[in-house]
Amino acid sequence: MAESELLSVRGLSMRFGGLLAVDQVSMEVRLGEVVSLIGPNGAGKTTVFNCISGFYRPTSGEVLFKGRPMQRLPGFKIARAGMVRTFQNVRLFKEMTVIENLLVAQHMQAERNLLKGLLLTKGYRRREQEVMERAAHWLERVGLIDFANREAGNLAYGQQRRLEIARCMVTQPRLLMLDEPAAGLNPNETRDLNQMIVRLKQEEGITVLLIEHDMSLVMDISDRIYVVNQGKPLADGTPEQIQRNPEVIKAYLGEE
Amino acid sequence: MASQLLHAGFSAGLTFLLGASVLGVELRSQGVNTIVAVEGPMTWLWLGVAVVIVFFHQLFRPRIEALRRRTWGGSRFSLPPLLRNHAQRRLMIALVIGALLLFPFLAERSAIDLATLTLIYVMLGLGLNVVVGLAGLLDLGYVGFYAVGAYTYALLNNYFGFSFWEALPLAGIVTALFGYLLGFPVLRLRGDYLAIVTLGFGEIIRILLNNWTELTGGPNGISRIPKPTLFNLEFSRRADEGNIPFHEFFGIPYDPSYKVMYLYILALLLSLATVYVIYRLMRMPIGRAWEALREDDIACRSLGLNPTGIKLSAFTIGASFAGFAGAFFAARQGFISPESFTFIESAIVLAIVVLGGMGSQLGVILAAIAMTLLPEIAREFNEYRMLLFGLIMVMMMVWRPQGLLPLKRPQMELKRG
Repeated sequence: MAESELLSVRGLSMRFGGLLAVDQVSMEVRLGEVVSLIGPNGAGKTTVFNCISGFYRPTSGEVLFKGRPMQRLPGFKIARAGMVRTFQNVRLFKEMTVIENLLVAQHMQAERNLLKGLLLTKGYRRREQEVMERAAHWLERVGLIDFANREAGNLAYGQQRRLEIARCMVTQPRLLMLDEPAAGLNPNETRDLNQMIVRLKQEEGITVLLIEHDMSLVMDISDRIYVVNQGKPLADGTPEQIQRNPEVIKAYLGEE
Repeated sequence: MASQLLHAGFSAGLTFLLGASVLGVELRSQGVNTIVAVEGPMTWLWLGVAVVIVFFHQLFRPRIEALRRRTWGGSRFSLPPLLRNHAQRRLMIALVIGALLLFPFLAERSAIDLATLTLIYVMLGLGLNVVVGLAGLLDLGYVGFYAVGAYTYALLNNYFGFSFWEALPLAGIVTALFGYLLGFPVLRLRGDYLAIVTLGFGEIIRILLNNWTELTGGPNGISRIPKPTLFNLEFSRRADEGNIPFHEFFGIPYDPSYKVMYLYILALLLSLATVYVIYRLMRMPIGRAWEALREDDIACRSLGLNPTGIKLSAFTIGASFAGFAGAFFAARQGFISPESFTFIESAIVLAIVVLGGMGSQLGVILAAIAMTLLPEIAREFNEYRMLLFGLIMVMMMVWRPQGLLPLKRPQMELKRG
């Protein structure tokens, strides 16, 4: 295995009863890349995501993250390993404020010793300060600092999407997995998202695995693309290769 | 306007029918005729007044409500603005605590006793609020932990001669341990299932205490549980061997109300400690995690939070407060039996949490006061007491489903210089 490989999925299959939702999907994500997973509706993209991030236990196959097998671990341990995801329909803590959403996300970085918290020790206050500052820093970066003390559920949809990404970023992940981040966004918001992902990649060195239907976004920011159709891997390559691949065109547009 | 008129007419008609049957208007057959029988002419008057009031109220309701909104502003039960300022709030809290500490020296003995009981419910309500209000786990067996706390003190005293002060921390620890052990297998359940299993646990603990006669005395309970002491000074007329009674030590005449006052002050201090600890917990990472878990446990998992561990911590910490309250209860009563720990106690504590506004400490405290004082105030209604109680609960749920004082956000604020 090459040094630069961050995530490697081999022969991943997921069976729900009689339905083989994912069939022998393999993919590699290298450090610092933006890799997209595309396919028609119901192709099994989100199922692949759920298997990788530990929300489903795959029927067979391997998921290696930094060379360590992940496929048997529960979701929260995978997240702690540095693989953090967003959801197709935004999953914020809607009744909590924007800043609180980012504080919760930093649970593992915060001082969790009850006694230190109850007694408000110096160390506890310093750690809380750090957590707060990191949250504020990320709010600034996604342009939500003015909404810090608002309820997350009251934000506009595009802002909620950005907050969800910020919430992932405060956990300081290695791999950011975005499940249709542009769904429901207008063209302006999609363009902002595009720039944001590019900036995250350049400035934070974050690796991104993306599921997306918006083809212009996918073709613009992806280094490589994997295509699945009806649970099976169909093609992979650079955006140019994928755009010219007759199999992919057939899957998307139907047969002549 | 026509629809308003129709609506008002319908409401008035409904009032007439309901009012007539409630006020004892009856149809009686007299020979071949059917006559309308009433108790006295006043019945018609009252009925007429009721119908007219309902008719006009319904007719002008939109306008009345608009007027009310203009005079009182949007929400009616929100905190007065003076409590928002930090320094003023501190002063206010200090004043309230001062008043509560002075209370036993001014009030009657029975009032102090009732206040002590209220404070026990405050403790229980605040403890259950952690589990139900903050972590969103519906626990119907909370009384089980209350019983464990009470019996921990009673048994430790009975068999090993532990004093209240020695047993109090142990009661908290033992109850927390019970919370942990019971929580472990059930916390992967959610919602209704969790409610049923916890209901079962509450009953199991009570039945166990009832039937393990050799250890717990069964239905006869445990009596002669000593009252708390003040640095080994007892509040009885004559102290046990080796101890000195409070009044002899200070050279004042014996008065049984000293004991009542001391119990009240103890309950107050325990309640204040509970309020403070939970106030801190709510603002600590663990408290934030509880609330986040209540809202979306899938999102929590995706961020690296372990849902089982966080639920378990809420269950354990919530249980320990019931343990403290239980030990205090045992000491106050001097006698406990499984009968004190029936399901209705769980229901009352849960009602306090729901009535107060899930997650809100001040709301829970107010609700605990209301829930213990109301049955006392309504004593003259005798058998209608529970009916009145039920009516108030129903009205609360209709008009204020979020509780008296729902949890105010934010707990944590970003302050920018």
